[in-house]
This record gives sequence, C-alpha cells and structure tokens, in this order.
Amino acid sequence: MTEDLKIDGHVDAIAVDDEPTTGVIGSADESAMLCAVAPVGLLAELTHRCPLQCPYCSNPVELESVKNELSTEEWCSVMRQAGEMGILQVHLSGGEPTARKDLEEIIKAAADAGLYTNLITAAVNLKRERLEKLQELGLDHVQISVQDVDPAGADRIGAFKNALEKKLEVAHWVTELGMPLTINAPIHRHNIHNVPRYLDLAVELGAQRIEIAHAQYYGWAYLNRAALIPTYEETVSSIEYVEAARERLKGVLTIDMVVPDYYAKRPKPCMGGWGKGFMNITPAGKVLPCHAAESIPELHFDTVRDKKLLDIWMDSEAFNAFRGTDWMKEPCKSCAFREVDYGGCRCQAMAITKDPRNTDPACSLSPYHSEMVKLAKAEAAKPATEFVYRNTRNAAQVGKAHGEPLVPAE
Amino acid sequence: MADVKQPGRLVVDRATKPVMPRYLKLRHDPGRDRWVLLAPERILTPDNIAVSVLKLCNGESTVDDIAAKLAEEYSAPVDVITADVVELLQDMADKGYIKG
Repeated sequence: MTEDLKIDGHVDAIAVDDEPTTGVIGSADESAMLCAVAPVGLLAELTHRCPLQCPYCSNPVELESVKNELSTEEWCSVMRQAGEMGILQVHLSGGEPTARKDLEEIIKAAADAGLYTNLITAAVNLKRERLEKLQELGLDHVQISVQDVDPAGADRIGAFKNALEKKLEVAHWVTELGMPLTINAPIHRHNIHNVPRYLDLAVELGAQRIEIAHAQYYGWAYLNRAALIPTYEETVSSIEYVEAARERLKGVLTIDMVVPDYYAKRPKPCMGGWGKGFMNITPAGKVLPCHAAESIPELHFDTVRDKKLLDIWMDSEAFNAFRGTDWMKEPCKSCAFREVDYGGCRCQAMAITKDPRNTDPACSLSPYHSEMVKLAKAEAAKPATEFVYRNTRNAAQVGKAHGEPLVPAE
Repeated sequence: MADVKQPGRLVVDRATKPVMPRYLKLRHDPGRDRWVLLAPERILTPDNIAVSVLKLCNGESTVDDIAAKLAEEYSAPVDVITADVVELLQDMADKGYIKG
C-alpha cells in the first residue's frame, strides 16, 4: 500500500488500525495498548499443497503436511472468532486454497462472520461452477497469480504446463461474474522486462487491481536469490515505469507495488509493525505475526487448537516479542523513524544477521547494509543460477541450512 | 490534469450518476463504532459526510440531486456542497471506488 491513500479529507484508507476495539481491552503500558487495537487483516494459509512450484514462494521452506491441517470446523471457528474480535478482511491463501475440498464451508463461515473475503489462488485447477458457487456463498474478491505474461516463462517458473492459458480463462470468469479481480505479478530477473505487458494484460482483462510484487527474499526466495534478483538498474527503471503508469491509469486500474528492499535506503514497516494490524494462521493453526515468522527460531507460536484467537493476539509471546519499540537495539532505539518503519523486517534481520533484534539490513543505517547490497549486485551481475523449486522433496533436502551470516561493516 | 479525458476514467460532473461497484461493502464496524468501506485489499474509513454521499450513490441520482439533498439536510449553500461532492467523488473514482 504505497500510494497516497488520503481521499479529499473525508475518507482515510488504513493498513493498520489505531482505533481501540470494543471487547479488546488493553492497559496503560505500551505493548498492552497495542494489543488493544484489533488487527484488521487475517491471512489464512489453508493448506501448503499447491500444483505450482514457484521458487519464490512465500511459504516457509519447511512445508506443513496435509495430515496436520486444521479441520473444516476448526477453520470455521477461526472465521467466527475473527469476526467477533473486529477483524475486517480475510485473505484465503495457501499453498493453493482451492486444494481444500471444504473451501465452500470456510468461505461461508467467513462471510457469515461479516469478513470481506479474498481468495488468493493460482487458478489452474478452478472450475467455473465452483467459482460461481463460492461467489454465491459470499466470496468478495479473487486474486490470481500470473507467473509471467509469456506462456513459456510462466510454465518454467511455476513448473506447470499451460498455466497461463488456464489462469486467463479463470480471470475472464471472475470479471464476467462481476467480481473484482486482482492480478498478482511476482517480479524478478526473469520477467522484470515484462512489467509494461503485465499492466496491459490487467487492463485488457478488466482487472480492478494489480500487484507488482517484487520478490521478497525470505524463505524460498532467499534460497533462490541468485536465481531471481534483478539488477539495480532494471529495478529502478521498472519502478519508474510503474509510477508513470499509475498516473496514466488513474481510475482504470489500481496499481500496488511492493519494491525489492535490497536496493532501498529505508526498510519497509513490515506488516505495518509487528503484531499491530495483521495475523497469519498456518495450515496447522499456528498463529504468526507474519507469514515468515517461523524463520525466527527463538519464537514460540500458539495455535488455534489450544487457545482463542483473541487471547493469542493479546498475550502470546510471539506477538509481544517485537511489538512497539521496547525490544529495539541501536541504531533503531534512538532513531527518529523507529515508529515509522519499526526497524523493518525481523525475518530479514534474522536471515542476514542471525539476530532478529538487529536493524533490518535493508536500512542504510544497518552496519550490514553495504555488504547486503554488494552481495545482491554481485549475484544480479552473474548469470542466474538454477531454480530450487518449491516442493516437498526440496524442502526435505534444504531443511533449515541457510548459510552463514554476513559480516557487518566495521 | 483533472479535466483531461482518459480512456476508462470517469470524469465526475454535475450530471454524473455515480454508483459504487457492488463488490464494495459499506458497513458499520460495531467494535470501533464507525463506518468502513471494504474493498479488495483496502479498508477505507469514510467520515459522516462521505458516508452520506456514498449512501446516495445509487446509479440513478445525479451529482446535482445528491448535492441538493445534502444541502437541505445540512442547511448549507448548494454550490459549496456541489463542489465538495464533485471533488470527493472524483477522488473516489480515480481510486476505482466510484463508477459513472
């Protein structure tokens, strides 16, 4: 959500809420005050099963097996609890959420709970009758990932034959049924030159929105960084193209862009602040402050099988670990931006520096920053390495071995 | 730039019959006692004036009709209200929340 969101002084757009919520009681100290603000968004990873094997998948490297997945009733209970505690939107994701045969019941429970429902799908196995049924049950919005606008590129990146043709068919059904469509465009060195064609495609399909989502290098994408990271110059020129297109396509297409923070000067306020506006639930019911949080070994996560969602939000160790600013070290602790970016991404600090309390190395004030940028530029300058595809075989092989931490600057 | 006609972009004027796409949901949020407009990956918090305008965007009333109603309701000069409504709706249209 990078665009200017203020509308004429009368309408604000919020990513993270600052309104205390009835029934969610905090106390005077800072972290308790933060818990008193219910999250507005919930990402429900219904399953890690997926027909695609994209090498930048946002799922953890260690994939959850089907036998541990929450039951239908457990997911329906999550939706009811989410509505009661003031959550407004639910993003039904995966893996591939349509791999769950009970998606119908889960969507109905979410809609009945008053949640705005987003289906985030690869769309390769979705039938028209099922989509119509989901709409009837209360599905509000469909987001379809498009791996590339070139069919051969799309097949290679997702390791799935004729994926693009199938996705476009489903995209047409979505707009024919009068539902809003988002095209999700994961961007990296193999398709960054196609950003203009992605925008044209979205307009042609009648999409309401497109996400130009530069790969974020955690989990699978971190393993595949040398296969994926574009050059600094390609990145800058694609960002400039999108900024200009935004003006040209005003009122026609909403363009959201997630930029690759390796080439940034300031870190992203990850999740709008840890434990501030979002919750993520894994297929097995673990409740995480962000989808990559399991990469921080010191954290313990409560599950919806053991505790109420609201209690987890307010009291769980994982949510309170990096809430607010008390946990910070220098240079974050005394930084004027500490409540703007919250020190950036904890998982990236973990991946690169092996200490989740360090400043996100995407920040130019981090002693690791110049090493990280140097590494990224060196990888981008070399030919792309082979993909480590996201599948259970590779997950088992890779395990948690994530290489050595970078050495900070003196 | 505001009056440059672009393909697909709605330019709001007094004769426009604004409508909210049906996939947007204007709901009262009881936990926080306020109105929210729920949209794909967006949560908007319209104030009372914006809510009054949005509730009148039914695809049949023109901007003039809407402004006349609000001028009466708020006992305010209709030309001031009209200008405000046009500005609000143009801004909403440019973000994809209002169609004509």
